[in-house]
Amino acid sequence: MKYAFFPGCVSRGGCPELYPAAVKVCERLGLELEVMEGAACTGAGVLQEKNQLLGDALNARTFAMAEDMGLPIMTICSTCQGTMSQAHKRMADDPAYMAEINEVLAEEGLEYKGEVVVKHLLWILVEDLGLDTLKTFITTPLQGLRMAPFYGCYIIRPTGALGFDEHPEREDSLERVIETLGAESVEYAGKTRCCGFPILTINERNSVSMVANHTLEAKGLGADAMVTPCPLCHLNLDGFQPKAASMRKTSIDLPILHLPQVLGLAMGMDAKSMGLNKHIISAKKLLSSVALSA
Amino acid sequence: MDVTLNVRRFDPESESPESRFQEYNLEVEDYFTVLDALIKVREEVDGSLALRCSCRASICGSCSMRVNGHAKLVCKTKVRDVANAQNQVTVEPMGNLPVVKDLVSDMKPFWDRVRAVKPYLQPEGEEPEAEYLAPNETMLHLAGVMSCIMCGACVSDCTAIEVDQRFLGPAALAKAYRFVGDPRDDADRSRLQMYSQPGGIWDCTRCMECVQVCPKGVAPMDRIMGLRDMAIEAGFSNNNGARHTEAFTDSIKHSGRLDELKLPLRTFGVFNVQAMMGLSLVGLRAFLRGKTPPIIHKAIPGKDKVRRLFDKVEGKR
Repeated sequence: MKYAFFPGCVSRGGCPELYPAAVKVCERLGLELEVMEGAACTGAGVLQEKNQLLGDALNARTFAMAEDMGLPIMTICSTCQGTMSQAHKRMADDPAYMAEINEVLAEEGLEYKGEVVVKHLLWILVEDLGLDTLKTFITTPLQGLRMAPFYGCYIIRPTGALGFDEHPEREDSLERVIETLGAESVEYAGKTRCCGFPILTINERNSVSMVANHTLEAKGLGADAMVTPCPLCHLNLDGFQPKAASMRKTSIDLPILHLPQVLGLAMGMDAKSMGLNKHIISAKKLLSSVALSA
Repeated sequence: MDVTLNVRRFDPESESPESRFQEYNLEVEDYFTVLDALIKVREEVDGSLALRCSCRASICGSCSMRVNGHAKLVCKTKVRDVANAQNQVTVEPMGNLPVVKDLVSDMKPFWDRVRAVKPYLQPEGEEPEAEYLAPNETMLHLAGVMSCIMCGACVSDCTAIEVDQRFLGPAALAKAYRFVGDPRDDADRSRLQMYSQPGGIWDCTRCMECVQVCPKGVAPMDRIMGLRDMAIEAGFSNNNGARHTEAFTDSIKHSGRLDELKLPLRTFGVFNVQAMMGLSLVGLRAFLRGKTPPIIHKAIPGKDKVRRLFDKVEGKR
């Protein structure tokens, strides 16, 4: 299985631990990656609010590059995934719109044919690799650990753009991966809510309230950690958790893990090589419980 | 089929007015909607169950409730589509609104928000002899947003209202868009200025809950994004939201990727001492963990091609 790897800005920016963790985990799983170095940011929905055509043209450019490589795209960020899926749907639904975008791409000698497949690593695990195969890689089952899934809005809504009709398994993919790794998945209302990151610089109080609500809810239900396929959610839920705790005058102390890090742990990979020492909320206690169960 | 409805009950007049779940086991026909099932409960099992409905044909917008945690018009929702493997369905009143009794929500906060956006035409100039006319083609783009039936589903599941009741919210702002987009309305500037205030368009988290739950395809969030664009174009850009969007766009235009260090500086302005101190604290924590973006921002290979794409698309406007 080979993919055109679209790492997104944050996996090499605000969450520099994510990119190497994802690369190492994919290598172990036999997922071959060719990095799309020349691909631009998806616009993350922000660029789209200013100029949707511009955002969609940028993504069509990335799609055309993947088509030329003859590979499906792999993302490791819910926001990248959702933004690309929405662009993909708008063009699939409206051939005239796609033609308008192709006119823009023609200048660079690119053409988007409408055939690209864009999949988050999370979906690749379930749909391409298969959970039974994933199980064969597990050397350190995360038994006894309670993990709270946190999807990130863009990989769960709107379902029409994300292909949930053809792939209903996407709806609870994260819970099923968590269970495949041997951990228990915590069921709570916050798992599909917003982390607050998009309004962090606009309304910090609201943003941090969201962090407090979701982490406290999961913690209250006995979660040992939270797992997310979205580095933007990670930035807020991890980075602003201390602020959320002081806002609610309590301690939260819930480690927030990237999806590849949890995979790495269950495959017996070294915590440091997974960048688990780089989080604001220390994962030390969690790591000692993994060591105990090993 | 036999189903179990797990209904959240609340009676403000009971001795201990706390909400609780009550299970109802009943047999339903294959074609039954959740509303049909609830009415069957009320008529045949428990007459004390309170719910609100009218047209039963997804036109009136009276019967929004949360089914399995998400807002839906229960008259449009088939039991068989939402029952889990054990044939159970959970029904609760809408979120983000006070509960009058059981499944009946108090819509006052909803209507207060709608009224706050001045949901009526404000034309200027001489009054026409008959009605204000608008050519068909100038109104077509509003057909989607005018399908709103004010059911409250979007407000129920809005993640921003969940933490801040002051947010105008999706339904009211979709209505606001409808008037800014109406060629007969002449109050665009004062509207856009008002909607750009705290609690307005920039408080939306872009979580798409409203797009997902709207039973009429209004896509309120997309309307809010439309308002943001119009507000920036109209010059109402002296706020963190507009600055964030502008800085984000510039960053991609010039390097093909996001400059995460520069983005907050441009959003807040470097002379915003309080914001800068808050940022430095979070930044310091991240720095100590080795969790920071590269100090020197690196552009993607072929950034000039991205810039040319920007120039070409922006030239089209």
